[in-house]
Amino acid sequence: MTLLDFARGPAIHWSLIILIAGTIWRLLGVLVLTRGADLSRPRDAFGNFKGYRTVFSRAWPSGEFTTATRYQTAMAYVFHIATLIVVIGIVPHIEFITGLTGLSWPGLPNAAGVAVGVIALVSLLALIMRRVSKPAIYCSTWGDYFAWVVIAAPLVTGLMAFAHLGPRYETMLAIHILSVALLFAWFPFGKLMHAFWFVFSRAQSGVAYAHKGVRI
Amino acid sequence: MATAATLGELLRSQGISRRAFLKFCSATASMMAIPAGMVPAMAEALEKAQRQSVIWMSFQECTGCTEALLRSNAPSIESLIFDFISLDYHHTLQAASGRAAEAAREEAMHAHAGDYLLLVDGSIPMVKAYSTIAGISNLDMLLETAAGASAIIAVGTCAAYGGLPKAAPNPTQAVSVEELITDKPIINIPGCPPLPLAITGVIAHYLTMGTLPQVDHIGRPLSFFGENIHDRCYRRPFYDRGLFAETFDDEGARKGWCLYKLGCKAPETYNACAHVKWNDGVSFPIQSGHGCIGCSEPNFWDKGGIYDSVPMGQFGSGPKIGAAATVGVVVGAGAAALARGKKHKTEADLHSGD
Repeated sequence: MTLLDFARGPAIHWSLIILIAGTIWRLLGVLVLTRGADLSRPRDAFGNFKGYRTVFSRAWPSGEFTTATRYQTAMAYVFHIATLIVVIGIVPHIEFITGLTGLSWPGLPNAAGVAVGVIALVSLLALIMRRVSKPAIYCSTWGDYFAWVVIAAPLVTGLMAFAHLGPRYETMLAIHILSVALLFAWFPFGKLMHAFWFVFSRAQSGVAYAHKGVRI
Repeated sequence: MATAATLGELLRSQGISRRAFLKFCSATASMMAIPAGMVPAMAEALEKAQRQSVIWMSFQECTGCTEALLRSNAPSIESLIFDFISLDYHHTLQAASGRAAEAAREEAMHAHAGDYLLLVDGSIPMVKAYSTIAGISNLDMLLETAAGASAIIAVGTCAAYGGLPKAAPNPTQAVSVEELITDKPIINIPGCPPLPLAITGVIAHYLTMGTLPQVDHIGRPLSFFGENIHDRCYRRPFYDRGLFAETFDDEGARKGWCLYKLGCKAPETYNACAHVKWNDGVSFPIQSGHGCIGCSEPNFWDKGGIYDSVPMGQFGSGPKIGAAATVGVVVGAGAAALARGKKHKTEADLHSGD
């Protein structure tokens, strides 16, 4: 079995199994632990609605924080959108998803995929530079840095595989797939779970504040 | 079988001009990455080359490798070089059969002991009874013949890496030549079948230099297997522009767009098909509209479907993902139940303390 056979076969297969089992485990394990109903009379009859609204209204920081958070908010948006385009837009990824689910859609030209991939990588570098240069703001733990490495690795290896840099193409492709396997396997257990948690944490805050009549 | 004493004599007797011969030498030198300054020396050495004794062993194979070499539409210098060697034993080609054929092999082995070139096509079954020649198992015959060979050329993917006979479930327990012979110089010329020029190029190199050419990490001559087909493919610009054939009869297929989505294995396959091509440079599989199946790579039969594209994951079965989701539900529910129980117990303890 070559490295590519291992990466495309057992590695990615088991990482997907860990991803799915782990994500459901974490979601259920936390969501079942709700606080129960607040028995006090709500000050805002539309508390639940406002809670859901918060999921979207917190997509951009309030005006008071604009100056302090503009840089990382903008960079984070650039990173997330560029990464999403790369993940679902380039043909090899669509082929992978088609192999897994049967779904298919048109892909981007390679040049566009590379450009967006570079943008994603540059924005990720911009974010880590800010984190490193302002330790007092972030109070980073090893988990933050590990999550960054786990996300940066597929971008770097994917661009290298496409450009035929480093080892032979099939080896680089195997390393790229293995880096994605690491991302999948780590996803449920680290900070990357924010992809799911952000909805619930924002909604929970919104409901709690609305119940107390706080405008947010 | 040729009777000329040297290759030069043979070529002249066949009406091959000096110019055509030098063109062949230049092309071969270029393919084998031999410096251009060496071409006259190579031509001279080839012209004076004495007939090399060659024993060709065919084991678990389909004769496609021999066919590819011999069924060219016009006699080429490549095929004449093949004519020129003293092919002392080859099932398909020799006139003798039965005991006379085996006698020819034994005679060549004794007359040229330590000096003959051994070409092998086909894999070797470790279960001896599955393939025998004149009552001798393939395994025994290979071990006996390889002992006196100066070098071994494994022709075709079956001899080089086991090929089709070795594909799962490998009922004959087939193995490749290099899995059995470790004390002789071996070069692999894989392909199903290999490019004829790769076979004769290696033989020409051996005749002129007396050595086997430089090989990659899986024993293939770098000169023919140093680059992947994707990098040399004339359809590569369509890959870069994101233009793909989605089926074998759509607009993309008719316009000759990239076959990546139809399972073309060119990005992970190392061979010279895209620039040397077949039938005297007429075409190659991708040019004829079918993706590369990766036939020069080890275990290519077992690397997923021929029409599954390179980046597709090779998952055993879908239900495993469903089973994983179920495991997640069970573990998650279990964790939550434990946590709730602990929470209630803590609350009860707190209240009882009030």
